[in-house]
Amino acid sequence: MKKVLAFALITMLVISAALTGCAPKPAETPAPAPAATEAPKAEPVKVGFIYVGPIGDGGWTFAHDQARLALEKELGGQIQTIYKESVPESQECEKVLNDMIDQGCKIIFATSFGFMDYVEKVAKANPEVYFYHCSGYKSGPNFVNYFGAMEEPRYLSGIVAALKTKSNKLGYVAAFEIPEVVRGINAYALGAQSVNPNVEVKVKWTHTWYDPAKEKEAAKALLDEGCDVIAQHQDTAGPQQAAEEKGAFAIGYNTDSHAAAPKAYMTAPVWNWGPYYIAQVKSILDGSFKAENYYGNTKDGIVELAPLTANAPAEAQAAVDKVKASIIDGSFKLFTGPIKDQSGAEKVPAGTTMTLDQQLSFDWFVQGVEGKIK
Amino acid sequence: MRLRFVKRSEINKKSGLAIRGTAILLALLATTLFIAFLKLNPLSVYISMLDGSFGSAYRVKETIIKTVPLVITSLGIAVAFKMQFWNIGGEGQIAMGAFMASFVALRMPELPKPLLLALMIAAGMVGGGLWALLPAFFKARWGTNETIVTLMMNYIALKYVTYLQYGPWRDPKALGFPKIPNFSDNAILPNLFGVHIGWVFALILTAAMFIFMNHSKKGYEIAVLGESEHTARYAGINIRNTIIVSLLISGGLCGLTGMIQASAVANTLSYEVSGGIGYTAIITTWLSGLSAPFIILTSFLFSILIQGGSFIQTSFGIPQSAAQIIQGIILFFVLGSEFFTRYRLVVRKGES
Repeated sequence: MKKVLAFALITMLVISAALTGCAPKPAETPAPAPAATEAPKAEPVKVGFIYVGPIGDGGWTFAHDQARLALEKELGGQIQTIYKESVPESQECEKVLNDMIDQGCKIIFATSFGFMDYVEKVAKANPEVYFYHCSGYKSGPNFVNYFGAMEEPRYLSGIVAALKTKSNKLGYVAAFEIPEVVRGINAYALGAQSVNPNVEVKVKWTHTWYDPAKEKEAAKALLDEGCDVIAQHQDTAGPQQAAEEKGAFAIGYNTDSHAAAPKAYMTAPVWNWGPYYIAQVKSILDGSFKAENYYGNTKDGIVELAPLTANAPAEAQAAVDKVKASIIDGSFKLFTGPIKDQSGAEKVPAGTTMTLDQQLSFDWFVQGVEGKIK
Repeated sequence: MRLRFVKRSEINKKSGLAIRGTAILLALLATTLFIAFLKLNPLSVYISMLDGSFGSAYRVKETIIKTVPLVITSLGIAVAFKMQFWNIGGEGQIAMGAFMASFVALRMPELPKPLLLALMIAAGMVGGGLWALLPAFFKARWGTNETIVTLMMNYIALKYVTYLQYGPWRDPKALGFPKIPNFSDNAILPNLFGVHIGWVFALILTAAMFIFMNHSKKGYEIAVLGESEHTARYAGINIRNTIIVSLLISGGLCGLTGMIQASAVANTLSYEVSGGIGYTAIITTWLSGLSAPFIILTSFLFSILIQGGSFIQTSFGIPQSAAQIIQGIILFFVLGSEFFTRYRLVVRKGES
């Protein structure tokens, strides 16, 4: 009996494997640019979203998922969205991408840095599918890289923090030593120094995007070192809760997380992805798609500083508004010299502004940041 | 009235099947309730799970890709279990196998493909084998508890790979992101019929293991030692030698899984390379009754559960945790039934 079963199973496996082998393979000739999808009315176009955390993280993934919902609301019958949450930044991502294509997705948004290489690989193999990857630096004919100048609201949040601090020590709980995070820390430090040259920003790395306990622990360590305002490049409210418990203050990230730490939360640099997602999907539906990388800013409204709460110092609002206005009208440009690095050496001379490419590959901290990259 | 559990002496096939059948029915019932609680149609969720595992050539391929590492790891674990050596260290042995294979792949990327792959396979098996040898040696020499030692060594292995990923092996081109560089093309296992060649390994190894366990002297010695150490000693079996040989095989197979996953699936080493296979394989091994052909069956069923569970997340938009609860419920009943194949519930009426 056992032998018969085993034989049957092995045969089944071999046959099914053989069948897959015979299945027609997708054409391998790379198309110059993906052809526009046919008339929108026909059948809803499937749009897939790949998230690094759970949609209920109250942060990064939550912000993307809000945009997904906005997209569904706006384009209702023409599209259908699916999502997969908590996808690790490993080979699993490649599988999820292929799963989504198998399920008929024509457009895929992959919303974490570590997905980049997998998106690149799958995009090459599937020229008929449109890929959007958030926060990376690679792109292709059907593979758009999009992000936003989060450093602008982070600079503003630095102003709020520096006006609040009494110890002149700001804590910063940070995820990974990648340019995006480094850029944010530098912007925050420069913003803080613009109103209080004596502040110091202490950085702690967690090596995770989503780990409430670990992020909270890192914040506690910073509070123990004398920091009295905690900022974060993390996807949970863990650091803010640590500040709340210690009677300190906090700056969130991604979404307005007022409710998570009502006594500590002052403001947060936040994302508003909805308009971009809607515009991009529309461009694919009506055939006007162009493979253009996108780097949105405060003016576009993709990034902003969430409303200040009563925890923020009274004079902060006016200071923030003034700088914000000059960012929007272009009279103030971030990362304009003179900027010194941690050793005191001048990296950006007076009067020059770092190019976007330089900003996108930031691998050094400005003076006044205490922490190491690597 | 009193309830007692009594150990069954011998279970006949019929009641064994009855118990397992009941377990599956109960599992379906509990899952159905849970799905209904989510306000979804249970039947369409079940159909969708099968659809997600077999609905297209791609999905069948993915299900097989998930089956391969489970089969090979389970075969390895079965050898140790047959000897009543509870090797919980599959996860660590996979990681160390992947580490050794990656070492070869990253150091000698330009070697001709067949040679490089052969070296990687050898290195992977040596890595996993040596990692299993250590607890085997401790057990043979000092009679240490192998469950604890193998389990704890998992963490050492995984943290070691994490260290490499964040430290010395980090890809300098990844702009600070902690990842190890990808392998060269020569270090990637080829495909056969659209699925990486690991499935051929799995089939050959299943046959080989069946022969080894049932028709070889060493296989017999392992089984005798598993039944009773005294008998084994009386029969003149070299106990230390048998423990060490079987654990080298056990760890070696887990190490091979590590090599296959790193080479064919991930194309690099990462601390997620084992991804819980070492633990899942303990379940598939146990459910198979340590029989090599049945390992293919249980591993395949488990892959359906994993692949289908992943599919329903996107097709029904349910959270990952809900899909995992469904998997957990099914597992709970199936494993629970194993208890009842070994014990039975006796109801006694009256005093005493």
